[in-house]
Amino acid sequence: MGRMNNTMSSQAYTPGLKRKSATIVQQTRRLPISGDVLVKKGDDVEAETIVARTFIPGNVHVVNVVGLLAIDPWETSRYMLKKEGERVGENEPIAMIKSFFGLSKRYAYSPVEGFVERISDVTGQVLVRENPSPLEIDAYVPGRVVEILPNEGAVVETPAAFIQGIFGVGGEREGQLMTVAAYDELLTAEKIKQECKAKILVGGALVTGDAIKKATEIGVKGIVSGGINDEDLTNFLGYKIGVAITGHEDVPFTIIITEGFGKMNMSKKTFTLLNEFDDRQASINGATQIRAGVIRPEIIIPRPELKSEELVKYKEKKEFLEQGLVPGTTIRIIREPFFGALGTISKLPVPLRRIETESDVRVLEAELEDGRRVIVPRANVEIIEE
Amino acid sequence: MEKKPEAIKVILATDCGSTTSKARFFKKIKNEYRFVASGEAPTTVEAPFEDVTMGVRNAVREVEELTGHKILAPNGIIVPARSEKEGVDLYVTTSSAGGGLQMMVGGVVKTMTAESAERAALGAGAIVMDIMAVDDGRRPHEKIGRIRHLRPDMILVAGGTDGGTISHVAEIAELIDAARPKPRLGTEFKLPIVYAGNIKARECIQDILDKTFALKMVDNIRPVLELENTEPARQVIHELFMEHVMSHAPGYDKLMKWTPIPIMPTPAAEGKMFRTIAETYNANVIGVGLGGATTNVYSIYEGKFVRTVSANLGMSYSICNVLKETETKNIIRWLPFSMEEEDLHDRLYNKMIRPTTIPQTVQDLVVEHAVAREALRLGFAHHKLLARPLRGVQRARTIADIFEQKTFEETYIDMLKVDWLSGTGGLLSHAPRRAQSALMLIDGFQPEGVTKIAQDSVFMMPHLGVLSTVHPKAAIEIFEKDCLVRVGTCIAPRGTAKEGEELMHVAAKMPDNSTISEHVKFGSIKKIPLKEGEKAELEITPFHGADIGRGIGKKRKAIVEGGVVGIILDARGRPIALPNAEDERKRKLIEWFKALNAYPEKLYETWGG
Repeated sequence: MGRMNNTMSSQAYTPGLKRKSATIVQQTRRLPISGDVLVKKGDDVEAETIVARTFIPGNVHVVNVVGLLAIDPWETSRYMLKKEGERVGENEPIAMIKSFFGLSKRYAYSPVEGFVERISDVTGQVLVRENPSPLEIDAYVPGRVVEILPNEGAVVETPAAFIQGIFGVGGEREGQLMTVAAYDELLTAEKIKQECKAKILVGGALVTGDAIKKATEIGVKGIVSGGINDEDLTNFLGYKIGVAITGHEDVPFTIIITEGFGKMNMSKKTFTLLNEFDDRQASINGATQIRAGVIRPEIIIPRPELKSEELVKYKEKKEFLEQGLVPGTTIRIIREPFFGALGTISKLPVPLRRIETESDVRVLEAELEDGRRVIVPRANVEIIEE
Repeated sequence: MEKKPEAIKVILATDCGSTTSKARFFKKIKNEYRFVASGEAPTTVEAPFEDVTMGVRNAVREVEELTGHKILAPNGIIVPARSEKEGVDLYVTTSSAGGGLQMMVGGVVKTMTAESAERAALGAGAIVMDIMAVDDGRRPHEKIGRIRHLRPDMILVAGGTDGGTISHVAEIAELIDAARPKPRLGTEFKLPIVYAGNIKARECIQDILDKTFALKMVDNIRPVLELENTEPARQVIHELFMEHVMSHAPGYDKLMKWTPIPIMPTPAAEGKMFRTIAETYNANVIGVGLGGATTNVYSIYEGKFVRTVSANLGMSYSICNVLKETETKNIIRWLPFSMEEEDLHDRLYNKMIRPTTIPQTVQDLVVEHAVAREALRLGFAHHKLLARPLRGVQRARTIADIFEQKTFEETYIDMLKVDWLSGTGGLLSHAPRRAQSALMLIDGFQPEGVTKIAQDSVFMMPHLGVLSTVHPKAAIEIFEKDCLVRVGTCIAPRGTAKEGEELMHVAAKMPDNSTISEHVKFGSIKKIPLKEGEKAELEITPFHGADIGRGIGKKRKAIVEGGVVGIILDARGRPIALPNAEDERKRKLIEWFKALNAYPEKLYETWGG
């Protein structure tokens, strides 16, 4: 996904969250370093199918041979029992010096199983590298392999419903969706029952700290809610988040919030869409990266029942919506004083306009759902793609 | 065909920042180069766009819309100009997108060669991710793990004086080789390493590193302990930044074809302009670039140039890191109204996840200004750790040093001797009233004595920095006329007194020969209006053991310049003391804001003043 066309106009690009009931999702599954691709183009895969595998070089351990044998650095090679590249076992001698006509021997041992990587006659240090460890990546979504990235991985495609959250923590997980709270309720501990085990829980304007604790005890796969308090997030992670680059946290399940921090009703459209697919299998990823170009957390609900002609229709629509801010575009305001309000753009005046702060900025005029007409900085809205 | 400098009439400069790409459009009007228009758009270097030129095009398109001047060609920028309304004669750009230039540095002794290497990398505009030294207390495998994990864009290795021992610096090289860090951008290219250590160790370093890395040798950064020579390393870092790093960042292959002028790291260009102030006015200058992701602090003090970057202190995408580094109460203390901690946290976290939004209400604006004060304060505290005398050098302590209980651990920056305090970056430049940015700078840096306050008008210092490498005349003209806004002069004695006691008396002879006499009480701020370009003669008398730069209790005469705010008489003491009681603190803040007319008058009432 994510390859956008190159001809957007300047007012076009305001990062919006995607919420599509049907689209074609492409997932690029790539190894961090080169390795073997285990699937072929055209293969049908399950979410857990391994698509590529590699070996990560092991950790390096430094053996201070010069000190252990009490020799000069330039003599190191002479006293080595193992050459560069040779395999060694844990606690196996790698260097030795005899003194007193062979009566006394001193050894240097390898701290790990692996191989000798470097013998330095400059520093007298010997580097032993542990054996490589395997690293596998799965398909993450069920679907079809549409492209092979030689030595790196593959692109898996599936028709699916696709919803982005605003912020998440925790990596890729798969499970069944289960709605446990309405869009404007609190998702509390009471709403989480034993049958929630291994499910992805959906709902609420706020997931409470107690609910997060209960979910951990029961063993859910994920929670998708409207908002979260920063304190509860800190308790869940064990540390405070300073910069929004997430996805690699060591947490028992993935949390995705759709609206923001604090209590915020989940957008009705997001909620309705998720609710429509209650009980369906979904793949979720909390990975968020907010910097130049944004990665938002995602919920993918594979829909193999969709026919290709239906999808062509959606594809055309997608390109249309990516034109950006134009009169009629549905938007959500993402900053005070209208935070969370939905509306449609009525005007896009070109000249700068003075706002309450006395800043002169580019603005738009929007008609909100409740009929109010408001002026907001263009920077403070996001496009709702449907 | 390239035009001669005097034939250049229309100039476009862009900066690809971490969050926003900013285009600035300049024109020669009646024989003088002037700023004409600006355009901004989100930067698009990372997923899902992965093409920096899209953000640049969007920013430039905004300039086109505002000016009616056509600049964009289907595949780049129209250069040279084809008519009065089409094309530009020169296009230059800077970049800090994608996290800028991220470096790791290594040296033998943490406080000596490693620290010199850090200063060199920072001076070149890099973000220093980690500093490795033989004596940094970490075990070898921990260092290797760290290098692998961080994936720097470039590594600078220093160590040893010329002719000294080889084995220590070789040890660092061996660790780097063992780690084999994968570059962040592209798996294809060799990671550049700059070696700036003991020249006798070059052969050995080559043996260890040359196979796997793109190794470049430069003069030793500390040829002898008494000398720090960072310039050769800095130059090579710039070259390698273009050759190796930029050329692999998404879309930069295209961007580099748009202009023959090398893309400069944003902080390097910014630093160049702060140095221009120091050179032009022969002054000690402290500058700051408060960005979305980082805070860069520059000092040009008695000829020494030091830059530091606080990588995760910023006003948008790292705003929560400011909250994490300082404490909630340290932000709240700058708010003239009540706000629950939770409310503040929600606002800041929501800004972090939607970093391109801007305050629409004054309350939101004041919250961001409060965070900015803390980011500036922390950034400057970090700066002072590196702006300190070379260590490892034998020094004789003078009697005066002993009296002042000076240690060589402390910064050499004496705020009483700083002549200019100047700021740039989106938040400072876009502050609706200049008095707001003046107060943020003063509260964050706490200048002492007589200090000129200046700021970048619409954030164009990086643009002018890179422009100055090819067209210094245009850069200086625009800098003077349209970029550097003289906010005023801050008069602030070092010292404290009791509330209500007079801390200083200022007698001013104004340009119209009238005189003004101000008795300034401790804990207060006053303003003497004096326009930009005007000068006044001041006689400042400090009381209660305070110092205005001529010694404790001694008078100082000074000719000071005006500005859009005027002369700011700051008798709040140093360090600035905020009352502990909440109501009293809020009342004080409102009093200070009122004194400088910093925010809309009608709001003070609603805030409770």
